Amino acid sequence: MSVVAAIRGGSVNFPLFLHVLGAMLLVGTLLLAAAALVLSWRRQWATLGLTRLGLRALPMGVLPAYVLMRIGAQWTESREQLPEPVVDATWLTIGYITADGGAVLILVMVVLAVLGLRKLRAGGGSRLAAAAGAISTLLLAVYVVTIWAMSTKPD
Amino acid sequence: MAASACEHSRYARAVSLYDWLLFLHVLSAFFVVGALTALWGLVVATRPSAPLLAEQEARGFGRIVGPLVGVGMIGTLGFGIGLAIDSSRYHPWDGWIVAALVLWAIAGWAGGEAGKRFDRDPVGGRPAGMRFQALSSAAVLVILVLMIWKPGA
Repeated sequence: MSVVAAIRGGSVNFPLFLHVLGAMLLVGTLLLAAAALVLSWRRQWATLGLTRLGLRALPMGVLPAYVLMRIGAQWTESREQLPEPVVDATWLTIGYITADGGAVLILVMVVLAVLGLRKLRAGGGSRLAAAAGAISTLLLAVYVVTIWAMSTKPD
Repeated sequence: MAASACEHSRYARAVSLYDWLLFLHVLSAFFVVGALTALWGLVVATRPSAPLLAEQEARGFGRIVGPLVGVGMIGTLGFGIGLAIDSSRYHPWDGWIVAALVLWAIAGWAGGEAGKRFDRDPVGGRPAGMRFQALSSAAVLVILVLMIWKPGA
């Protein structure tokens, strides 16, 4: 990131700020969802409040943070005018795959959360919450790899 | 073509010590902002008008997420200083780095005070706790601005 920072123009700073802030909020809201759902699972889903918190964090926190991160990424790339070898570089490919693959998983989690919140009212929904918790934990691990790729920029 | 290869080498090359330090520094920053975001989620989930969590649940959640802020703060400082020493472009005494260090200290102090207020009295200490957490979050946000713009670098 700092290698790019050293050679990037000033017009890239604001889109890059939005991208990094969005990515940090995305990780934060995923952490909120994962921690609440894992804690609730460890207590045999007896703590309804934690389950609700974890499920609500997905559409209300994770989704908007993802949109901010992705818009920031595209805006940054358009301002950077990266040369073709860089566009094809491994680190950028990892970024695209985890961002776009992550979008699919986030949409799945949002659906699970909406259905889970409905079923919670009727006393069910723990399986949907477990699935959402597992996916959010998986995504957190994937985004650690993405942070590595985006900051070290390997060949 | 040579220019293109040069451009490429500026972006993609073998991973060095500097890169590893940068990764750990950035990962630590993600820990800080991530944990602060999760703690704000906790603040919203415990608002007196419509509490989502019982006190015991909130404490359990806070005990897991709270220490992550501290781990991230120590990581950003340690790896950040390592970066400034390892890099020939930046030095620990550069203005924007000194400003970030001062803000880091303010963020750490305010975050610690917020934790104490919430822990001591979750109801009565809530307004003060939220003020300290807002100060800590604002300081972290300004640090992020400094890290992106690097004024004077």
